[in-house]
Amino acid sequence: MEEEKRGEKAASSLNLKGVICPINFVKTKLRLEELEDGQNLEIIIDDGEPMQSVPRSIKEEGHKITRVTKLPDGSYKLLIRKGGLRNGR
Amino acid sequence: MVDKFIEDKGIKVQIDTEIEGKTGSIDFNTLKSGGLIKQRQKDMFTVRLRCPGGRVPLSKLEKVVEVAKKYAGDYIHLSVRQSLELPYVNYHNFKAIYEELAEKDQKIASCGPRIRVPTACSGCEYNPNGIMDTQKMAKLVDEQFFGKNLPHKFKISFSGCPIDCARTSENDLGFQGAVKPEWDEETCTGCRICSKACQEGAIESDVETGKPIFNPEKCLYCGDCVRSCPTDSWQERVKGWTVRVGGRHGRHPITGHKIAEFISDEEVPSFIETITKWYDENARGYGRTRIGVVLQIPEKWSDFIKTLRKTFENRVLKNPKAPTKNEIHFE
Repeated sequence: MEEEKRGEKAASSLNLKGVICPINFVKTKLRLEELEDGQNLEIIIDDGEPMQSVPRSIKEEGHKITRVTKLPDGSYKLLIRKGGLRNGR
Repeated sequence: MVDKFIEDKGIKVQIDTEIEGKTGSIDFNTLKSGGLIKQRQKDMFTVRLRCPGGRVPLSKLEKVVEVAKKYAGDYIHLSVRQSLELPYVNYHNFKAIYEELAEKDQKIASCGPRIRVPTACSGCEYNPNGIMDTQKMAKLVDEQFFGKNLPHKFKISFSGCPIDCARTSENDLGFQGAVKPEWDEETCTGCRICSKACQEGAIESDVETGKPIFNPEKCLYCGDCVRSCPTDSWQERVKGWTVRVGGRHGRHPITGHKIAEFISDEEVPSFIETITKWYDENARGYGRTRIGVVLQIPEKWSDFIKTLRKTFENRVLKNPKAPTKNEIHFE
């Protein structure tokens, strides 16, 4: 509910647990291509190497991570706003 | 015919072009200084080309291939220090090779006791890890310092980031890109991404707020935190070159250690000038000796550091470490 109020509803989501680098990022990138600028994608990635490099790659592509949540199993849920860094949104 | 036991010294060859300011009857050492290396085979030389930073524009490369097809062997050797080398060149063809390569401004390299062609990693304009512009600096150093005579060979390399692909610790003088990060609490959301991005454990996250706790002692100045922060709360405070001195490879390798930090592009030439001048003056009496060997003499080391402090005061580390032996043959 709170997410919707803040305009942060995810238009799409991907569970990338157990998916290694760089496949996890490639899948994220492909899914983002299907979205419009300003829409959100929610992904779940493992701790360790994925958390070390996927957020950086997302930033380099011009998207903005607006929320990071640690899940009980140790993985991380990221909310990504497409083009969020390119358009100053 | 393989002439395996050629005695280079004393023998001279008739050259119809100017090499190292000499022409006519020239000895092998002079030829070597001019980037022409005697092969085992009679009359055959390898011609080493000058390719600063290992970057060869296609127009030059095309000319090199054209020249190689005419005058050299059926392959090009990529030297360990990023040069193109044309093997199996008969010395009678030196003049033609010089002239034809000059049409595309391709120059010949150098061997012997002098500043060599600088090496560098691929370049920060497309390598995502790059912090400093190594290709720009390799070009500049090549233009300003290439061929300067010194007591022994002097190799300079540039790495754009702390991954150090150009192995600055194995060169007489190495420059490695570094960035000091700065954190802005105001904009930080405590997302913890920076602490995950940092491969060195220099950033921990506060258990409650998620905000970073920075431990500069562990920081390699790679900039991963800056590149990953979604809110740009980590910013570049200062960028520059980490300098290592006294390294070498060969029979008895030496590891050069960090002596200065955050040297700017503009300061690099005066840094090289200061160090090579000191080397020229202080290696006298030691024969053909690399700077790393001279710097292992304690009095020389303290004099060297004192000299650097005069110009680069606070950028020289408080307790820099002299080059250390890295023996590979007798463990």
